[in-house]
Amino acid sequence: MSLTPVVQLEVTEDHIASESRALSHSWAQPRGVMGFLSEVDHKRIGLRFIITALVFFALGGVLAALMRIQLAVPENQFLGPDLYNQVFTMHGTTMMFLFAVPVFEGLAIYFIPLMVGARTIALPRLAAFGYWMFLAGGVFLYVSFFLNIGPDNGWFSYVPLAGPEFAPGKRSDTWAQLITFTEVASLVGAIVTIVTIFKYRRPGMTLDRMPMFAWAELVTSFMIIFAMPAVMLASTSLILDRLVGTHFFNQAQGGDPILYQHLFWFFGHPEVYLIFLPAQGLMSTLIQTFSSRPIVGYVALVTALVATAFMGFGLWVHHMFAAGLPEIGTSFFTAASMMIAIPSGVQIFCWIATIWSGKVRLEVPMLFALGYFVIFILGGMTGIMVASVPLDLQVHDTYFVVAHLHYVLIGGAVFPLFGALHYWFPKFTGRMPSHRLGLISFWLLFIGFNLTFFPMHQLGLNGMPRRVYTYLPGLGWETLNLAAAAGAALMALGALSIVINAIVSLRRGEMASRNPWNAATLEWSTSSPPPPHNFYPERVIGSRDPLWDDPPDQPIIEGIRSDRREVLVTRLLDAEPDHRYHSPEPNVWPFITAVFTTIMLIGSMYTPWAVVWGSIPPFITLIAWFWPRRTDINDESYPVEKARPQLNEATGPA
Amino acid sequence: MTTRVLDVSRLPSFAFGHRSILWWATMGMILIEGTAFGLLAVSYIYLKWRVPEWPPGFAPPDLVWGTVTTIIILASALPNELARRAAERLDVPRARLWIWVSVIFAIAFCVTRALEFTTLNVWWDSNAYGSIVWFLLGTHTAHVVTDILDTGVLSTMLLIAPIDANRMVDVAENASYYYFVIASWLPIYVLLYLAPRLV
Repeated sequence: MSLTPVVQLEVTEDHIASESRALSHSWAQPRGVMGFLSEVDHKRIGLRFIITALVFFALGGVLAALMRIQLAVPENQFLGPDLYNQVFTMHGTTMMFLFAVPVFEGLAIYFIPLMVGARTIALPRLAAFGYWMFLAGGVFLYVSFFLNIGPDNGWFSYVPLAGPEFAPGKRSDTWAQLITFTEVASLVGAIVTIVTIFKYRRPGMTLDRMPMFAWAELVTSFMIIFAMPAVMLASTSLILDRLVGTHFFNQAQGGDPILYQHLFWFFGHPEVYLIFLPAQGLMSTLIQTFSSRPIVGYVALVTALVATAFMGFGLWVHHMFAAGLPEIGTSFFTAASMMIAIPSGVQIFCWIATIWSGKVRLEVPMLFALGYFVIFILGGMTGIMVASVPLDLQVHDTYFVVAHLHYVLIGGAVFPLFGALHYWFPKFTGRMPSHRLGLISFWLLFIGFNLTFFPMHQLGLNGMPRRVYTYLPGLGWETLNLAAAAGAALMALGALSIVINAIVSLRRGEMASRNPWNAATLEWSTSSPPPPHNFYPERVIGSRDPLWDDPPDQPIIEGIRSDRREVLVTRLLDAEPDHRYHSPEPNVWPFITAVFTTIMLIGSMYTPWAVVWGSIPPFITLIAWFWPRRTDINDESYPVEKARPQLNEATGPA
Repeated sequence: MTTRVLDVSRLPSFAFGHRSILWWATMGMILIEGTAFGLLAVSYIYLKWRVPEWPPGFAPPDLVWGTVTTIIILASALPNELARRAAERLDVPRARLWIWVSVIFAIAFCVTRALEFTTLNVWWDSNAYGSIVWFLLGTHTAHVVTDILDTGVLSTMLLIAPIDANRMVDVAENASYYYFVIASWLPIYVLLYLAPRLV
């Protein structure tokens, strides 16, 4: 007899009301300062990730503005060379490690459980720990910057420039330790995302019914797992060379600076896709909703994501064409780099087909998605150009590359992100964002972006190198740099208008219904904002676009306890119900562990003994974190003898 | 009015193996750290290619302690497996017994590992070869120490904390992670001890 029968039952309004009340109580978010620090609600953790990452985006933007002011006219003395080095390093480090990766992680932590129809995220305490580590790392970087020990060797921190010989002081160590903080945060984020997607999908949501954003985040999370260890290794060996006298990158003692470049770019190139792929998921989401039809080429799009991820690991050497590597190797990487255009092209054609055959609504999120087409495709074009060695050698380290990478990253990731933030604003807040202000933001950003970065292509071809703090008059670079400065001002206004929109709409925006954009994915099936337990009652999924295509009489799922934080765990491929699981309760120890880990990591910049003695407090706090409390005990299997009748069903293949 | 209901109330409240949340979290850790070990091994080979002789200027690490360590770590798979099986049968006394035996093995293994560090015949700051040897061995040792501490805490829990079925899942998953610690050691042993003698 099936353990999960579908039966005809009387489900009364009273039953639904009392269950909802019980769920709100069991899943209630803790209050007060301790409650704030103990939070395990994935929506709150996700939102904290997003807001913190946006604050760092603003800081990185201010740094960018400082550089544009400095370069607006030749021989400007606004920033000196040393400060300028720090500013461009901080800008790159902030945007890559403190904004782009965490913001998508925040979106995943907030929306993946909602999109797969789960009550929470898997391993919520780990997700909370990840957030605190991310926050600590970001604060550490900016405090260091203001203490004049901020990094100044570029976001890649190449040796020998960043090594012990040429970078005395603590600046390079700050960079290396920042990497540790952000890597820990990204890696735990990747694990919780994968486990949630594999095991928490609502019954009926087979893998081939998963929303595109979930696919994108799944693929991205696997990339994080395989890419991040490389940079951790690079930064750890760098700090070891600097602090304890190892010779990994010391040519004179058998080390090799090129090894650093390999390790860094084995991470660094996939890093671009860690930022780009989630945004592709957002593009599919936005285009489907605002074309009012199911996405064209679902399977092709998923395949393209997976193919991009695989190829993304075979491209890293194209960042090292100027390092003098054997020619046969570089030709391979040229071919691999050009090949990436194939899956990218597949995605773009699927989206064009969706728009073509759909009924397009030109809402603000859709405008941002359309902006992607213009900007990202231009970036992709220059990408194909710099993938070939002779052209790359010509423009390497010039503003042409700066133009290329900003077209790819801002077009490919930031525009879809802003579209998605506008799109999901009602879900976060329960209020609609202002359409008019959204239009203003879009046009300011779109025009400002192109005015800033398009001239840089020409500047690069005219020979202006990257990372110079000033230039002489008469080289023909003045007008284009001034134009870029004007564009940056427009972009700053655009960013400001988004902040104003958020504040005004939060206070005076129209109240949002459950599904104001008439979208198809599950996050829109619950109230805006969602209750702490996300959904009740929950219906079995019957199609890929449940809010559009599911028949109204899909079975309701009953039997998940409402008197504690219980979730239904399902099977990986077909999402058939497998077992019930008591999800962790709020707990302050992940926060305390993050505090002590921070102290240990910062201490280790000053003495290697900090690793030994500094590890003891986090070890103790970890014990406290894992020690079972009354509320953590599974009362259906305590004492263990009580669990014996369930044992047959709990072991072996489901 | 009646409606169709999928009733999941009779499903078990825990599960072992790949069905559990913890198994997947452990696999995630193993993938991350396996990648790190793989990249370290590649770095070792990369540095080897750059010099005409290997090890450059030093004798390879002495075989004795490294080999003893390898034997102990392989032998420790047995109590580890017995603890895992006992846990999957919800047999608390045996799980408790074998997990403690595992801890004792791991401690013995740490002692010989410490001796191993004394017979590497090179320091981390001697040259790049010394650096990568210490880094490889150090990283693996960090995993061993972490695993001992973690197993020690779990063993203590089995003595004094309330035990529900989820603790038994913890014991089983702790064992799968320990298998990774064993499995990751073997290629490192080959690289550090055998490769310099054979190649």
